[in-house]
Amino acid sequence: MIGLEHYLIVAATLFVIGIFGIFLNRKNVIILLMSIELMLLAVNINLVAFSAYLGDLTGQVFTLFVLTVAAAEAAIGLAILVCFFRNRGTIDVEDVNVMKG
Amino acid sequence: MSADLSIILPEIFLSVFAMIGLLVGAYGGKDKLAPLFVWVTSALLVAVAAWIGLQGAGMARAFGGMFVDDAFARFAKVTILLAAAAILLMSEQYMARRDLLRFEYPLLIVLASVGMMMMVSAGDLIALYMGLELQSLSLYVVAALRRDSVKSTEAGLKYFVLGALSSGLLLYGASLTYGFTGTTLFSGIIEAAQGETSVGLLFGLAFIAAGLAFKVSAAPFHMWTPDVYEGSPTPVTAFFATAPKVAAMGLFARVVHDAFGGIVGDWQQILAALSVASMFLGAVAAIGQRNIKRLMAYSSIAHMGYALMGLASGTAQGVESMLIYMAIYVTMNVGTFAFILSMEKDGQPVVEIDSLSLYSKREPVKALAMLVLLFSLAGVPPLVGFFAKYSVLLAAVEAGLVWLAVLGVIASVIGAFYYLRIVYLMYFGAEESELDAGGSGVLWGFLVVSAAAMVLGVINLFGVEGAAAAAAATLVN
Repeated sequence: MIGLEHYLIVAATLFVIGIFGIFLNRKNVIILLMSIELMLLAVNINLVAFSAYLGDLTGQVFTLFVLTVAAAEAAIGLAILVCFFRNRGTIDVEDVNVMKG
Repeated sequence: MSADLSIILPEIFLSVFAMIGLLVGAYGGKDKLAPLFVWVTSALLVAVAAWIGLQGAGMARAFGGMFVDDAFARFAKVTILLAAAAILLMSEQYMARRDLLRFEYPLLIVLASVGMMMMVSAGDLIALYMGLELQSLSLYVVAALRRDSVKSTEAGLKYFVLGALSSGLLLYGASLTYGFTGTTLFSGIIEAAQGETSVGLLFGLAFIAAGLAFKVSAAPFHMWTPDVYEGSPTPVTAFFATAPKVAAMGLFARVVHDAFGGIVGDWQQILAALSVASMFLGAVAAIGQRNIKRLMAYSSIAHMGYALMGLASGTAQGVESMLIYMAIYVTMNVGTFAFILSMEKDGQPVVEIDSLSLYSKREPVKALAMLVLLFSLAGVPPLVGFFAKYSVLLAAVEAGLVWLAVLGVIASVIGAFYYLRIVYLMYFGAEESELDAGGSGVLWGFLVVSAAAMVLGVINLFGVEGAAAAAAATLVN
């Protein structure tokens, strides 16, 4: 029988993979965007699992909001990335370094 | 339903204005309309601030408690809207000269302000998330406003990636909180989160706190701040340093008191640790900076540390001191950025601190105003900035966090060094400054008014104290 905890473990694993994708990735900014998406999807799994477990619809409504915002976020992220590529000619993470932080 | 709508009327009004403005801009005169838009938008923001501020007292909840309109929200909204209007007015000339004044800029600022108003009024995790994202998405775009500059687009990209990461952390915390309390309403969460808390809920709280710490740029979640401040066009930097900080601190206060007010002990430690880390990092890392925008970034990190100290007290007095601190911080930053925006050499913007050498000989009035602001930022008595720090330290001491207050005093002494170094350069530098004299009247006005407020405010803080006390009382009970 698959219970709530299985869903939570899957979501937590995806979330951690997403975070690691952001911090360990040295190659490509597109991978950063994919990692962000992965984190948001992990959250969605969490919300839907809790929603089904609690028998409460709020979680699924929340999920729809998150999906919509994630789409808008990806659009803006890609737009900024295109501008950056036009100026810099590369989207390697290592080249996002004009300013030292 | 109509009662609900009348409560969020200011937000609806501003959103409709932004959407109509976008249509008019797109089909009308495009960027020719931009200066007009800037003035109309600023006037509108001030008008809405007056509308909200003069509205009667009391508390109203809309949409089943998802949106809360109380004295706390009104205080934060008035601060946010006035700061946004001031920054817009200051940006016009700078942006126009550099061919950056697009008609989207004032409208994006309006949309960001609507998001911030939603944030400080949030009574539900969904409303919180929507407000936060409306604000963040608008800010990512304005950070990359200078499309043909590597620095500006890089700032936008860095802000976007780390902002999205922080939203993800916050959202994961929100999902855990929902799962372990069974509701997303703050009023429901506070009932479930009493006494002994489950591990899941604590994880949720920690993730939400981490996400919000990103937004207020508290150490150790501050790494985006210096780069974004340096890369963005200076008026945008000025905006980042003011209104969004108030909104994020307001949201922080809202979440910890409205949703987690029953488990003060659990988040107090997190906030105290964030506060200490921010104060010391801001004070120490700013010392080596040669770029005044990066310096202001570290300065804002340190200031957020003090504001968090007020919040970490966990009392009504703490929230009151945090609100006073934010109002004063915003006033100081508006003046400081008016000065930074007027730093030009042969019509080009200059951000090097060394260029201010012996500036007082060239522009005695502006140098004096900047001196007052820098002393105030450093917290030197008897200026208003000192009373801001004094109130948060007092709140921490009365809440029994004496160690936190002592560390705060030490950090403020270290931090005073870099403010005083700018004053030293302006008055006793080596070579004569080559910056252009003069500058726009608007900037001069904001600089002088803000500096005068730092001196005259010592009498009664312009009544901010009373409003902040009323605001804090509605949040903490």
